[in-house]
Amino acid sequence: MGGHAQLANQFVANGERAKWHDQALWFVRQKRDNISHAIPEWETLRETASQVKLHTVTHLAQYLEEFEKNAQAMGVHVHWASNAAEHNEIVLRILQQHEVKRVVKSKSMLTEECHLNPHLEAAGIEVVDTDLGERIVQLRKEPPSHIVLPAIHIKKEEVGDVFHEHLGTDAGASDPGYLTEAARQHLRENFLAADAGITGVNFGIASTGGFVVCTNEGNADLGTALPNLHIACMGIEKLIPAPEYLSLFTRLLARSATGQPITTYTSHFHGPKPGGEMHIVLVDNGRSDILGSDEFRRSLSCIRCGACMNTCPVYRRSGGHSYQATVPGPIGSILGPAHNAAAHSTLPYACSLCGSCTDVCPVKIDLHHQLLTWRKEIRVRGLLPFTKTFPMKVMAQVFQRPGLYAFGGKVARIALRLMPRWMIYNPLNGWGRQRDLPTAPRESFRDLYKKRKK
Amino acid sequence: MPRVGLFIPCYIDQFYPDVGLATLEVLERFGCDVEFPTAQTCCGQPMANTGCTTEAVPLAERMIEIFAPYEFVVAPSGSCVAMVREHYTDLLPLSNSLQEFQAKTFELCEFLTDVLKIKKIEGSFPYKVGLHQSCHGLRELRLARSSETVGDNFNKARQLLETMEGISFAELNRADECCGFGGTFAVHEEAVSCMMGNDRLADHASAGTEVLTAGDMSCLMHLDGLNQRKPKPLPVLHVAQILAGRQPVTSASTTSSEESV
Repeated sequence: MGGHAQLANQFVANGERAKWHDQALWFVRQKRDNISHAIPEWETLRETASQVKLHTVTHLAQYLEEFEKNAQAMGVHVHWASNAAEHNEIVLRILQQHEVKRVVKSKSMLTEECHLNPHLEAAGIEVVDTDLGERIVQLRKEPPSHIVLPAIHIKKEEVGDVFHEHLGTDAGASDPGYLTEAARQHLRENFLAADAGITGVNFGIASTGGFVVCTNEGNADLGTALPNLHIACMGIEKLIPAPEYLSLFTRLLARSATGQPITTYTSHFHGPKPGGEMHIVLVDNGRSDILGSDEFRRSLSCIRCGACMNTCPVYRRSGGHSYQATVPGPIGSILGPAHNAAAHSTLPYACSLCGSCTDVCPVKIDLHHQLLTWRKEIRVRGLLPFTKTFPMKVMAQVFQRPGLYAFGGKVARIALRLMPRWMIYNPLNGWGRQRDLPTAPRESFRDLYKKRKK
Repeated sequence: MPRVGLFIPCYIDQFYPDVGLATLEVLERFGCDVEFPTAQTCCGQPMANTGCTTEAVPLAERMIEIFAPYEFVVAPSGSCVAMVREHYTDLLPLSNSLQEFQAKTFELCEFLTDVLKIKKIEGSFPYKVGLHQSCHGLRELRLARSSETVGDNFNKARQLLETMEGISFAELNRADECCGFGGTFAVHEEAVSCMMGNDRLADHASAGTEVLTAGDMSCLMHLDGLNQRKPKPLPVLHVAQILAGRQPVTSASTTSSEESV
């Protein structure tokens, strides 16, 4: 045991918290079910969105160039970053050119993936995350545990503690209304004082060069309306071909993410505001490698709704931090190993292969099949420990010999019947810590079948 | 008379022989000429699901060869059938023999509803049944509509069970959440696996389940393992056992064949 299993074990050890976490996310899954089941054409929307995304990523070079040309025509500066380091350098350079001291940032998993904040902070720039959940985890100096609900692992009492420490709210206060108002006042000061706004991008539209940012708090709008400099960081897979496809995705995104009919703010950006400056940083960071892989290409269709996390029975009971990856849950267990297979080799095994993620995914990524394919890949790359490969090798040999299999089964059943309980349920028996083994019958089915035939 | 090769998953063969017998009896009752080819062992799923594909390949090849003589192949397991139908193409190059094998292999309930077109199961089962939807049957074979997807409701196991006299169903809070078995997952991610299983059992307890059943004995092996450590364990039966007319034994684990054979 190691990696995800070890951290999951620690999470489950606090039974009450694990149960609360599971129920909080299941509530979101139910909201998603209620609202998606109200749309009779839901499955058609999913299929269409899946096709549009696949089409786009398989013509990505063409659409990226179209997007760049159209964005530039609106006066946007377009930058290309092949990896996280280049992305961070580009953003820092732009900020330094404008002598920016304070930046407000709306939620962007891409900047989390690139670890932008520490890079900017090291250069003396203050970065304030303005999404409420992200601000909470930023103040607690920890990464988000969910891509849509970054602070879902934190209880309101703990938010009260961190706000008391940083924002001066009353000690012990945990009323959500009170805490939200305190955050609102605190963020308002930061919005007014900021020299630049950074946003992510939900959808880039190739035929117009515009892009769309979806938030529920309006923080992307405030963060870009007040300062004159707007930098939008965008993964290259975020493109859609044309605006007529947008409603398809906004309908699916909000319903899948939080069970809302639409996000509260769906903000369209088409070039800089008068007197302002707008930059788009297009980031690859491993995405073209995934694009080149037949098995994993479809993972690029992800619109980061988080529905696979909310539905995943393992994620709900192990928490986002147990994945030790920017994106946790089922999609993160595909993207993580694609980025660094050795570091994330246990993630494809943090899965019972139930397939709920695949059925919930609004763009029909075959998540659980990709996780299975990753297991094969991890074995091929020699990253699967001997303790996992050895029993499989032995079993495969036995299963090729029916006589040996029947004999082995008989011996095992006799042993199980004769051994005292303490010997069967020894500390090495991972099955038996919380579970009984089945009662071993005297005769196997094949024994009974032979008798019955006579 | 359909000539059926009975495909009995290895752990059912070894630990739940009565589930195999029940399957055999049900198929014979509906006029099938059933044979259990004894050369069969395991379909290779444990290896394939661990990523040990090379180890699974010879087992898949054996399966195709062993079941070649039969018109149909039927198993009391959605998971093992899903392995054959949905995942053998990941292991073996496409061939006529592979495609034939995949096309003729069925899970027991779907074989009864879709191939034999059975409308009525004779017999009485006067209990509130908690039907656990085993994931591979649900989301790989589509034996029922999953709660995530939108469309008309259907459920092949329930469709058969509800024709029995006296039967009723426990309505769960989470209709088809995974039990947490997941093959080697059950041991490698023991903490999460057991929490998932206990959550299922609690859902069944509050829904008033009197007998717990499922189309896959592997889910039930895990759930019953947890169940047996509870003060009042629920009786557990495979769907095939209910269809074959078995009645629950309430004192101990009814899935052990000792009582029923």
